[in-house]
Parts: sequence; structure tokens; C-alpha cells
Amino acid sequence: MEDMTTLIKALRSRFGITDIREQREDLTFLSVPKDRVIPLLTHLRDHEGFSSFILLTAVDWMEEEVFQLTYMLNNPEEKHNLGIRTQISREEPVMESAHHLWEHVATFQRELKEMFGIVFPGSPHLNEEFLLEGWDNLPPMRRDFDTKKYSEETYFPRPGRKTKDPAEHMKEKLYPNEPRPQRASQKGDD
Amino acid sequence: MSDHSYEQDPFLRPENEKRRVISPDGEQYEVDPMQDYFCNAPPREHKPAYSKVVEKFLNWARAESLWVLGYGTGCGSIEIYPLMTPRFDAYRFGVQQRPTPRQSNVLIISGYLSVKTLKRAIRSYEQMQNPKFVMGLGSCTINGGMYWDSYNTINRLDHYMPVDVYVVGCMPRPEALLAGFEKLKKIIKEGRGEGANEYARNFDWYKANQKKIIKDWNMPDYNW
Repeated sequence: MEDMTTLIKALRSRFGITDIREQREDLTFLSVPKDRVIPLLTHLRDHEGFSSFILLTAVDWMEEEVFQLTYMLNNPEEKHNLGIRTQISREEPVMESAHHLWEHVATFQRELKEMFGIVFPGSPHLNEEFLLEGWDNLPPMRRDFDTKKYSEETYFPRPGRKTKDPAEHMKEKLYPNEPRPQRASQKGDD
Repeated sequence: MSDHSYEQDPFLRPENEKRRVISPDGEQYEVDPMQDYFCNAPPREHKPAYSKVVEKFLNWARAESLWVLGYGTGCGSIEIYPLMTPRFDAYRFGVQQRPTPRQSNVLIISGYLSVKTLKRAIRSYEQMQNPKFVMGLGSCTINGGMYWDSYNTINRLDHYMPVDVYVVGCMPRPEALLAGFEKLKKIIKEGRGEGANEYARNFDWYKANQKKIIKDWNMPDYNW
């Protein structure tokens, strides 16, 4: 742990680290600006022993109009995990590719291209389909994509699926004579 | 990635291109896999045997030799393997697994089916010989199960291929699968295992449903 604190102190001003979160004893998250990510990853890999790349993932913060990218690294010697977080614009989701540092980053980037529409220029096989063959809609992991509506329109839902709100059900059962507003339509009742 | 037309049409891989082949005898002939390897006519209905007794005998024979395509689509595939162990011993029911669609006559859709897998499942189903039977395993094949509102998994299997028997559960145990096989046997012996004929009769409807969700239809319409 001492090592991490000194390491972060050394990196802080050099890479413009804005936020440090120590999630666990062996897990730390750093937030950096978009343009410092690749230099930071390169430095961590070559000089600080974070030789193993675990995953690259994205979160859609629709209200803030950003995508948050997280690069997870692992230091097998120190047994420490480090997450590098950055935010990129949702309007123009372009990020520098990191496939030259670890080969398998390209696969994560290909997945993010398909699921979120985030572009990593220069990444190999980026535009090839990964899971969604012939997809012609919004990238499905974006939060403004309505999966339920899409599924109902596309996949012939079988009628008869009913759901009951537990709170409403108990109210009806315990206080049957209590006046309550009529529900417009039961959810999923088709 | 070469500069091949594969970029435009993934089905046009090098091995599917028209080419000249030299046989071991030195004879040259032209091969066009897209024409030669696939049928160019829709499936036909198979009429029952000339006599009821013969048909009954054939149905008995079909019911007692269910050869399952060794293929799994979802979490249910893990329930199929124990069937072949001494504990459940599906061999005693005439059930065994075969490695290719050409050798099998039962297709088990073992769980959720994504659009990508559906494409492969359709190809496997169409390559199987008549008579062929489909077993839907788990609630995902019936109404989508827990993936009912997913963007990439189908809700109803019977819109894409005729299903003879469903096994409910999430996931069904191997015992439930064995019960499903017993039910399938009963159906076949009663002469109601007409899935392949149903597929041939309603071929256009099935194809329309399949093409509605498989947006990049880059395989031949007739896969056998």
C-alpha cells in the first residue's frame, strides 16, 4: 500500500490525475483526462510493473453526456489492481486506441465499438461484427436504446406474460375496500 | 484481412468461390460451391408410407433411435452431457449424440438463442435428414425466459423452426430431459412428429420470420 501512495504521488502532477479512489486494499481507481490515458498506460506498463491488462469497459452517463472508460491493469508482482478512468464526449465518442500496448485490447475496443459506438481509430478489425451480425439500430448498450421496445417489435413476444406489483397486490389483498386510483393498464398484460 | 470481397459479404469466403479443381487423376473440373454444395429447391413434404402398418412400424423405429446433434446453444447444453453418463444413461432409451447434422435427427435448442446462434441453428436444422425433430429446452425457447426483453435473443422458437416438444424449467434437470425424450417418443409413435413436413408446408412463413431478424442474410436460402 505504501508503494501505491508514493506511486500515485509521483504520477499525480505529471499525468493530471484528478480523482483517486482506494476501493480496496489491492484496488485503486485513478481519473485522468482523455489525452493523458495512453501516456499513463505506457508508463505504468513499462516502468511500474503493471504488465497485465485485464479489461476495458465503458459506462454510459447519459445525463452528463459522457462515456466513462475504465482500463483495468494488474501488477502481478505486487498483486495490485489499478483502474484508469477517463471520460469522453457522448456526442463525439472517439478515443485513442491502446492496442499497440497489449494486443488483446483490440478485442475490447471492437466490443465497445459495437455495444456503445465508441470509435478507436487504427484498432484492428474494429468494424467487424462481434456479436450483433447485421445490426442496424442504435448501439444496444447505450441507455437511450429501448431494449424492451425493440424486443417487443422484433421477436414476436408470446402473449400471456403478466406481472404484479407486489406492493399493489398486498394493498388489494389487505385493504380490499380502500378506494385507490384505477391503474391505466396492467404492466405486460397483452 | 485480405482485400477479398469477404469485407462486403462474409459468406463469400475463399472456399466458397467458383474455382477450377484438379482431381488426383489429373482431371480438371469447375466447382461452384454456392451452386454445387447447396440445394436450389425448397424442401418437399414426405408422404407417409403406403400402408398404415408400415408407417406405424417406421414410426416405432424412428422413436427408438433418437440421434441428437451434439450441439448446445445456451446454459442448457451443460444439462445434456450428464445424459450420457452411467447415472442417467440415455443410451437405454435409444438416445445418443452425433457429431454432425447429417447423422442426427433430433435438434435440442438448449436455452436462450441469440440471433447470431439462430443463424447457425437454422443451418444445422436444414442440413438434418428427414424426419427430424426439435426439442426446446428451458423457458427461454418458449417465451424468452429471463431474456424476454433482450435486444439480441429470440422470444419464441416456434416462429423459426417447428418444435415438437418443449421441456420447461430454468434449467431443466437431466431427468426432465429424459422425460422430454419419452414424450417425444410418444409423439412420434402416434404419428405426430411431423415437424419436417410442417417446415416444408410453411416454408415461406418460416423464412420470412427468420429473415426479419437476421438482417445480414448471407447464406443460401436452401441449406441442405
